[in-house]
Amino acid sequence: MKTKIIKAVKFMGLGYLEPLIRLITGEEVRKNSKDAFKRILFPLLSVVVFILLWHSFSNYLNNVESTLKIEKTLKNQGPEAAKKLEDCIASGDISCRPNSLPSPAMVATALGKLWDDHKIMATKKQDFIDKYETINEERAANGEIEIVYTGRPSFVDQIKTSLKTVFAGFLLSIIIAVPLGIVLGLSDTLRTSFNWLIQILKPVSPVVWLLLVSMIVKTVLTDVDVEKSFVISFISVGLCSMWATLVNTSVGVSSVDKDFMNVAKVLQLGTIKKIFKIILPSSFPMIFTGLRITLSVAWMVLIAIELLAQSPGLGSFVWEEFQNGSSDSNSKIIVAMFVIGIIGFMLDRIMMIFQKLLTFTD
Amino acid sequence: MSQTLTHTNTIDHDLQGFEKYMLELSNITKVYPTPKGDFVVLENLNLKIKEGEFVSIIGHSGCGKTTLLSMIAGLNPITSGEIILDGTPIKGPGPDRGVIFQSPSLLPWMSAMENVQLGVDKVFANATKKQREDICKYYLSKVGLDGAFDKKAKDLSQGMKQRVGIARALALKPQVLLLDEPFGMLDSLTRGELQDVLLEVLDKEKTTGIMITHDVDESIFLADRVIMMTSGPRAQIGDILDITYDRPRNRKAILEHETYYSNREHLINFLEH
Repeated sequence: MKTKIIKAVKFMGLGYLEPLIRLITGEEVRKNSKDAFKRILFPLLSVVVFILLWHSFSNYLNNVESTLKIEKTLKNQGPEAAKKLEDCIASGDISCRPNSLPSPAMVATALGKLWDDHKIMATKKQDFIDKYETINEERAANGEIEIVYTGRPSFVDQIKTSLKTVFAGFLLSIIIAVPLGIVLGLSDTLRTSFNWLIQILKPVSPVVWLLLVSMIVKTVLTDVDVEKSFVISFISVGLCSMWATLVNTSVGVSSVDKDFMNVAKVLQLGTIKKIFKIILPSSFPMIFTGLRITLSVAWMVLIAIELLAQSPGLGSFVWEEFQNGSSDSNSKIIVAMFVIGIIGFMLDRIMMIFQKLLTFTD
Repeated sequence: MSQTLTHTNTIDHDLQGFEKYMLELSNITKVYPTPKGDFVVLENLNLKIKEGEFVSIIGHSGCGKTTLLSMIAGLNPITSGEIILDGTPIKGPGPDRGVIFQSPSLLPWMSAMENVQLGVDKVFANATKKQREDICKYYLSKVGLDGAFDKKAKDLSQGMKQRVGIARALALKPQVLLLDEPFGMLDSLTRGELQDVLLEVLDKEKTTGIMITHDVDESIFLADRVIMMTSGPRAQIGDILDITYDRPRNRKAILEHETYYSNREHLINFLEH
């Protein structure tokens, strides 16, 4: 039972829980408590240290900004206004809070606020749907357009949209890069002929891809019903991120162990059988490494692309908050930053589990 | 097991002449071009192997034994000369020549069964699924792998992997079995076991075969003829020793046979020369 749990935990890439599990069951207390300290407590400590440093740095920045503000007021509006501002800042009132790097506490508050907002918006949306359910059924029966909810998306909705976009882009890059990589890997001639193009296109910035894609999509997609910004952003994400998979697949396929290829030759396997029985399984580890890089790149460029494409999602959330400039906007941006980081980490872990499930280790 | 082993002196194979030749190598030359000029590995090598005969080739490292074997397997092109298998010259590799590599080179993501079945499905395409499975199971149990059919190749020990390699080659019912130092990477205990397995199969199925080896005792124990190759470059056949112990063979009886040590000395003298 215990070994099974430990195995499962390790499989999920959570190996640092191992000493804790062993400790709970009272196994080799000395050794395992040492291990637990090293692998759990120290990382936690480093997080605490980080938060403390962040806190003092943001305090420092806010002090600098307050002093500047007070001096400016003193110069422009006289000592009375300066005194008023100083008191206001000291009282911690939102209206005159310095607008610099938010402190950890402010970010935590913003997170709570975003969550509350989400709950309120979700009830509103549900109310709307309940209210219009019967009406919409009638409208649909009469062949009229249904009334849809057009309220502002909550933070959680934005996350969902972003995930949807990134998966669409990731899927697109798999559909393009894996078959193309296999073809390139199988043929030396094709690989060398496409090499220049690949090398030139690989480092192109996501922004340029977005512009290129929007040029094409605007011409091709004239249908109003389709969400153009979504199409543009997921295609751009796919094109930006597919290169790692393309290169890894072609290298993996072209460098299959010579012994395996000899087996295929001696057995005179047909091309299809050779690809599916020998080449693909043996290059799976490489392909999966490529896919992991692709997914993390996709998640990274997604934010920039959403921001530019005005496509809904975390990117546009960050941009709107930045433009908005209200008192807690900066904190919300930092919340988005951590959410983006944590989701990226989780996506990578999920890919790692798939990789372990599907590939052989010799 | 036969205890009455006989030993006759060298027979002239060409004079016996009634049996057909399974494999004929004529004027085989292999040249590797190098920046410093051509490197001649083998020059004008001639060898005929009868149907059902098992031949071992010994010689020093780098003399071109493996090159020769891979040319017969069709994995390495011949510079000049011809290899005729059962009347037709070979063109490239094929399942009519079963190869057992030094490293078992199993596909690690497949089970033992699947590794054998990959070739069986190809060669016995007309048989039913059940028949093909039975062929695989038969050979896997023959090499002593009962109960390990569904183990993934990566989870098998080195010796078990090589057993699967042998089963994979045998299951194709090849006309010629080619073995490239098949037991070279095994510990001596496993090596002995697998030699017995191979010997049993050879005795039963009368497979024609060529085995490369470094091991003098192994070559005497398994082969009907030992081909001694001169050191390269321009390696050739230096000497041939006939081993005429009756089959089925028994290790103990061979070791105790009066000619065993003279045979052994013959080979060692050649190698040390």
